[in-house]
Amino acid sequence: MITKLNHVSIFVLNQDSAYEFYVNKLGFKVHTDAPMGKGMRWLTVCPPEQPDLEISLMSIDAGMMFTKESAEQMRELVSKGTFGFGVFECNDLLATYEELKAKGVEFKKPPTKEFYGFEALMKDDSGNWFSLGQKKQS
Amino acid sequence: MEQYLKIYLYRRIVQAKLFIDEHFSDNIDLDNIADEAFFSKFHFIRLFKTIYNKTPHQYLTVVRIENAKLLLKNAVSVSEVCYSVGFVSISSFTGLFKRTVGLTPSAYQQQQVTLKADIAKTPLKYIPNCFAENKGWTNNSNFEEV
Repeated sequence: MITKLNHVSIFVLNQDSAYEFYVNKLGFKVHTDAPMGKGMRWLTVCPPEQPDLEISLMSIDAGMMFTKESAEQMRELVSKGTFGFGVFECNDLLATYEELKAKGVEFKKPPTKEFYGFEALMKDDSGNWFSLGQKKQS
Repeated sequence: MEQYLKIYLYRRIVQAKLFIDEHFSDNIDLDNIADEAFFSKFHFIRLFKTIYNKTPHQYLTVVRIENAKLLLKNAVSVSEVCYSVGFVSISSFTGLFKRTVGLTPSAYQQQQVTLKADIAKTPLKYIPNCFAENKGWTNNSNFEEV
């Protein structure tokens, strides 16, 4: 029986810039930051209240995972905003939206009341987009 | 009109929160923050708590402790960390840190320095094999018999 998701990957164009975005703008915590030689780096971050979910910020580089051609294609797709990676949750969407906007985070959609909930859509520094939803009151 | 007022109030509170994020190491006077946000102190604290589930003072303490953790991870001395993040007494810093984190600052630092050294020495212990293999960092299988 599968019980948990503990690692997930987000493909990013530049890990230094992704660190700045996820840690210094979104306020995520660094879980592991390990240089792996030859300019490679294992970098994972966690949402502040979810320390057991590691989000791996994976650099799109030609190598074992991508050929040179597929790395170029992937970088183009990411930067064009092809991929939506998931839904982040916050306690107060209006406050979080105002704070992230003040920090320069780009939004595709401002906080909007939809039939399924209250959400905004934001983009990371690479072009990946996420839904940002407000935790439902129980 | 009501919506504009709400957004205006939110922006004021968010600015106050960002002010704390930026100036946590200073001797912050929460009365001044309330003044800057154009609120009475009572109204400011009530709105801040509604949004962040903490009073401004509680939030300031959290920010100071979180920044202390970052500095301790980087092997900065406990006394230097204490004053750098805005505490004025090492004993009150140590007591508050222990109540919040569960370890004294020096025990936390020792734990983090050891962890950092272990990650540097054997990083593959901290990377699931499927990722490491994709990156070409290991040739061993996750399911290989030891």
